Amino acid sequence: MAETVIPVGQEPTAEETHLRHHFATPAQQMDAATLGMWTFLITEVLFFGGMFAAYAIYRGMYMDAFASTSEFMNVVLGGTNTAVLICSSLTMALGVRAAQLSNRKQLQLFLVLTMIFGTIFLVIKGFEYHAKWVEHLVPGFNFHYPIPQFERHAQILFFLYFCMTGMHALHMIVGLGLLSYLLIQATRKVFSATYYAPVEMIGLYWHFVDIVWIFLFPLLYLIGHRK
Amino acid sequence: MATLAHGTPEIAAEEPVNYLNVEHGWKSWLFTTDHKRIAVLYLISITLMFFVGGFMAVLFRINLLEPEGIFSAETYNRLFSMHGIVMVFFFLVPSIPATLANFLIPIMIGAKDLAFPRINLLSWYIYVVGAILTMYAVVRGGVDTGWTFYAPYSSTFSNSYVLAAAFGVFTAGFSSILTGLNFIVTVHKMRAPGMTWSRLPLFVWSNYATGLIQVLGTPVLAIVLLLLAFERIAHVGIFDPNIGGDPILFQHLFWFYSHPAVYIMILPGMGVISEIVSCFSRKRVFGYNFVAFSSMAIAVLSFVVWGHHMFITGESVYTGLAFSFLSFMVAVPSAIKVFNWTATMYKGSVSFDTPMLYAFGFIGLFTIGGLTGLFLATLATDVATHGTYFVVAHFHYVMVGGMVMAFLGGIHFWWPKMTGRMYSEAWSKFAALIVFIGFNLTFFPQFILGYMGMPRRYHAYPPEFQALNVLSSAGASVLGVGYIIPMIYLLWSLKYGPKAGPNPWGAAGLEWQTQSPPTTFNFDETPIVTEEAYNYGPLEEVIG
Ligand code: HEM
Ligand SMILES: [Cu+2]
Repeated sequence: MAETVIPVGQEPTAEETHLRHHFATPAQQMDAATLGMWTFLITEVLFFGGMFAAYAIYRGMYMDAFASTSEFMNVVLGGTNTAVLICSSLTMALGVRAAQLSNRKQLQLFLVLTMIFGTIFLVIKGFEYHAKWVEHLVPGFNFHYPIPQFERHAQILFFLYFCMTGMHALHMIVGLGLLSYLLIQATRKVFSATYYAPVEMIGLYWHFVDIVWIFLFPLLYLIGHRK
Repeated sequence: MATLAHGTPEIAAEEPVNYLNVEHGWKSWLFTTDHKRIAVLYLISITLMFFVGGFMAVLFRINLLEPEGIFSAETYNRLFSMHGIVMVFFFLVPSIPATLANFLIPIMIGAKDLAFPRINLLSWYIYVVGAILTMYAVVRGGVDTGWTFYAPYSSTFSNSYVLAAAFGVFTAGFSSILTGLNFIVTVHKMRAPGMTWSRLPLFVWSNYATGLIQVLGTPVLAIVLLLLAFERIAHVGIFDPNIGGDPILFQHLFWFYSHPAVYIMILPGMGVISEIVSCFSRKRVFGYNFVAFSSMAIAVLSFVVWGHHMFITGESVYTGLAFSFLSFMVAVPSAIKVFNWTATMYKGSVSFDTPMLYAFGFIGLFTIGGLTGLFLATLATDVATHGTYFVVAHFHYVMVGGMVMAFLGGIHFWWPKMTGRMYSEAWSKFAALIVFIGFNLTFFPQFILGYMGMPRRYHAYPPEFQALNVLSSAGASVLGVGYIIPMIYLLWSLKYGPKAGPNPWGAAGLEWQTQSPPTTFNFDETPIVTEEAYNYGPLEEVIG
């Protein structure tokens, strides 16, 4: 299977577990990393939470204007992107498993697949942004709403749309950077059953970013389809 | 910085290896991952920021000597805004957590370092970038929105450097998040064998609770500042009602962070006081469990009272009632602490060393600050006192009378541990007294001014308020002297102070069992804890 097969009963060296000096055991190091990552993800929830709160309040206040915007959202592209991200989460999870099994070839494969899905998502998003620009739906820079009585309030939805999906896309780009780092490290044979914390942690991050999208899609694209 | 480590060559030769003299040169500081060195870096940076913020206070207190003011209204607005921004985000929020707690938490729990040493260093760099951005706003002419950045003034009308200052605060927020995250993980995962949760020093408990607030609150500040920046740059309405937004939303999001943030600015101080009071009463803290639990209760309750800042700015009466009630609730755990410190001293062998003087100051002034918080949390009285100097006096009693006192007390308590040197006892007691007198002279008149109706944030005032304003400005100069004296004798002690042993106060706690200053990894061997915190016996046995 892999390069670093550990004979049963023999402890891995500090070198193999990448144990840092201030931890007593690899298990402690892994626990700390996991708790740290989850704590970080909670801060992310609150970060996005501010925007979700704004969304909830304005949606309550200006329901009709918000519903009218769904006409201008491309549900097909948004739906495709949802599917793409779900697939990327699957490949990411498989990648973590491959790392745990010291299967380097598979790890590399799944990392590359995840990155491809991530890139597809961003490209599709780019097309959508472009379409919004052409249709004069970019608040602040180029906004002219076809339904005049909703212009002021529809603008808020589009502002939130760009803030929320933009923040999300930024997280995707950061994620792609992290995945490239994992790929390089994987090629250097760093990961094995004794040391796979970075793969698992970045995996958690990637799933989190996917989940944000799972909320964004219905909230931003399907408002008018409610009735 | 190098002077910290060197001393005179002879002394350096005698001194055992410690975290200060183990390596030399600026690189060994700027690339360090040792929590103790990072704490020193933070200490230097926040002290600089404290004097920047203090300088602005000097200027606007001079302005207030004359009823018609000395500077223009614009200048005055910028002075008090930059004072608030610098003091809150660049001094008070990192004050105890990033310095004392950074230094002490790993030692107190018997660990070699925080869980994420490199993230700890990163947080300092992020802080510095945030400070530079904010200082850029200052030198370009400052910002005039108040530390609260209320929209739509900040997003549409102000023509000061709002963006630079807001990005500075935004950036510094991430350094605060990383500090909090590091503490939470460290306390969960890095405790030495035998260091159970119920044996943790209360200082660790209170910083753990602070960490929770930093992690849960600060991201909301980040997003609200980001939305504000978008509105200002692109003129899209999210807060400005003229373009479709709602300014109340800004206030809700801002105070959702900023009320819990006031507890970031007091909880660590409460932790310091618990340590000091128990050491100088030579008794276990009365009701340990209650004090530890009250820190957690404060952290939780602090998230549900933000509406008390908005009683008269567009909140329904029923919402106001709920927030008023909850604000009364949050005073309960604070009061528990005050009662328990007092009970700790009761029948203890109280001594009056400098740290204890600051602790006395804290307890008295925090009590006044907290009780006036209750006046403000009462709907009817807040209608009269909102937006007056009464509020200013309230929060300075808790922030300056409370937190800055605790910070100074903590610095005096752990200075021998951090530097291995003792400072002048006479001078330090004198300075503590000056700080206490200066503080009360400065801020007590502001309660009266506020009660008489003087609004905050104006550069001019009716002549009948002059006497109290002059008193306040005079007090501020006394207070300023009180802050400069410790700067002098503490720096002096680095070179000339007598050497401190590992445990000059005869205090309990793991940090006093290792050498002063500690070695890079704090302990030669990971300690095994067998007793509860504050296990004080007779004095003579332990002083070293
Ligand atoms: C005993 C608990 C406390 C209660 C019930 C309380 C209550 C209040 C209330 C009701 C206000 C709003 C007054 C107004 O604007 O009309 C206020 C303002 C303020 N409080 Fe407190 N407070 C408490 C403790 C603290 C602590 C511990 C701190 C900081 C360390 C603090 C810092 C502040 C600040 C900075 C403001 C003013 C914010 C601004 O408008 O610029 N408070 N407090
Ligand atoms: Cu508050």
